[in-house]
Amino acid sequence: MSFNPEGVTRRSFLGMVGAVAGAAAMYSAMSTMGFASQSNWRGRLNLQGAPDNTNILILGAGLAGMTAAFELRNAGYNVKLLEYRDKAGGRCWTLRGGDSYTELGGFTQHIDFAEGNYLNPGPWRIPSDHFAVLDYCKRFGVKLEPFIQVNYNAYLHDSEAFDGQPQRFKEVATDFRGHVAELLAKVVDQQGLDEAVSVEDAEKLVAALKRYGALNDNLDYVTGSESSTFRGWSHPEGGGVDGKPEPSQVNSLSEILNSTLWRNLTTGDNLHMQSTIFQPVGGMDMIAKGFEEQVGELITYNAKVTRIHHEGDQVTASWISADSGSNEQTETADYCICTIPFSVLSQIDHDFSPRMSKIIDSMPYASAFKAGIEFKRRFWEEDEHIYGGISYTNLPITLISYPPYNMFSDGPGVLLAAYPWGAYAYQFNALSPEERIDKVMEYGSQIHPQYYDEFKTGASVAWHRVPWTLGCYGLWQDREADYQDATAMDGRTLMAGEHISYLPAWMEGAVLSALDAVERLHTTITEI
Amino acid sequence: MKMLFTSMAALFLTIPAIAQETSIDTTTWFDNPSTLTQTDGASIYAGVCAGCHMPNGQGAKGAGEYPALANNPSLMATAYPISLVIHGHKAMPPLGGLLDDEQVASVVNFIRTNFGNNYTDNEARAELVKNMR
Repeated sequence: MSFNPEGVTRRSFLGMVGAVAGAAAMYSAMSTMGFASQSNWRGRLNLQGAPDNTNILILGAGLAGMTAAFELRNAGYNVKLLEYRDKAGGRCWTLRGGDSYTELGGFTQHIDFAEGNYLNPGPWRIPSDHFAVLDYCKRFGVKLEPFIQVNYNAYLHDSEAFDGQPQRFKEVATDFRGHVAELLAKVVDQQGLDEAVSVEDAEKLVAALKRYGALNDNLDYVTGSESSTFRGWSHPEGGGVDGKPEPSQVNSLSEILNSTLWRNLTTGDNLHMQSTIFQPVGGMDMIAKGFEEQVGELITYNAKVTRIHHEGDQVTASWISADSGSNEQTETADYCICTIPFSVLSQIDHDFSPRMSKIIDSMPYASAFKAGIEFKRRFWEEDEHIYGGISYTNLPITLISYPPYNMFSDGPGVLLAAYPWGAYAYQFNALSPEERIDKVMEYGSQIHPQYYDEFKTGASVAWHRVPWTLGCYGLWQDREADYQDATAMDGRTLMAGEHISYLPAWMEGAVLSALDAVERLHTTITEI
Repeated sequence: MKMLFTSMAALFLTIPAIAQETSIDTTTWFDNPSTLTQTDGASIYAGVCAGCHMPNGQGAKGAGEYPALANNPSLMATAYPISLVIHGHKAMPPLGGLLDDEQVASVVNFIRTNFGNNYTDNEARAELVKNMR
């Protein structure tokens, strides 16, 4: 039990709020105090009373940097941002037709997607419990639409199972659930779990499992109308003469287990994937653009930071033109919020403490790879009735995600045609953009044979070749030991970004770390 | 079909500013989701190192950089590249889980004797890699 300064316990305080003001106020108070919320977002900041002429320098105009800039500027600080790229947003990024992207090594791709189609190389989903990001979207008028994570008509595929034929998610899910329910129901029915389940509960458990697993009256999971109601029919329900459906054949438990297709049955049950989740209409960088509209005038673009040093009560960043590499300039401020990824910061001349330097130097960024392939028509919809959602495979592409926008439209559509991590991602990184698309086509065509006939164009991002991050997200070597020290003010600088969060690689992590840094900085400044 | 597609794809995709010399043979690639299955130094280099240090060891520079391995005197001491490959440093991720002792030794020997490097003495061996893990 924790106590507030007045000596009233949290719970008794909540009781008072509930009694006086009703449930809505109670919920709001609970949320504020961290009882009812999943993200540690504590509501909108409303910082007041910045001392006159206090200058804050923010390094990096990704979501963390722009969040910090927005809040500090609103509080009355003089804010400037330095950004390496010629646009804001960082990893909150979208590639569309007409864009060019040059990765490290000089490999350039000219994106040729049709109007309205795109690839989100970085973040692509917003969970419904990522309150901070969702709130900024609402404030800045960034239009959101549902992102479809689970599609029962998408595929689970393993090249070694079912002769390499992709299986519908609904079939595998129903068969797995049915067989497991049958086994458990029969054990319970035969008093096999007497120790664990009381007689009354056993009766209810059997009834529940019968419904849950689509079992028949004998508690069997078998081919029949019960199972087909969930996994689909071999001859579908219809009208007229031919209307009567025929049940589909269930797979045996052994087939399902040996297929290993069960590995991806629960992906959509993960806390951050649970329906409903979202994406911005038109591409993830609509969020970046929303922020940029607010703080764009504070940003100096094409600024490559070369040195960060502290002197007396001030912090100075030196920077050069990212294009020409010349014309060194400096920017001096009272405080700094540094959102530069540690993979890059470790290579910048700085005077952070030995402790902070050691943490910065020990954080490589993960390998990840995404490819978007545009096809001449939406064959996954037209031929296979797959509308949004994700198919999973053991092939190196790992998954195929179907666009949850512009469904039923004619003309080209873009699939997220590969999104591996680990050893597969490293190898895609090591290929040229053309070779990557070749490999993605080779693998994807094993799931959708239409691939070669319908191919239009492809684009890919290999995250270790992204010039401004050198990888996808920060990998802690010893987070338990290092995390708190990385959040500490070092000199006059605070670190922020997805790496300073327990929501790594998520936009919410970047935004929450920035909000936390901003609040602590404001407290430090106003309490002096 | 695949050959046909490769030439087709070239029509749609821009030729990179620095083209790779020849198309890479990837038949031994992509065989395991968590480890590399290539065994000879050149293939291991092409399959993982080239992602950052580039196909000819020339390195690359953006907001941060990947050092060139070509003509790099730091490769003189065998233990240095072994340690970096296993444990990583700064932007370089630890690859000790991706590669076994033999693979680390093979790729270290490859970079020490290619791209203008000619360090043929003190060859890396699996035993040494094992001791340095």
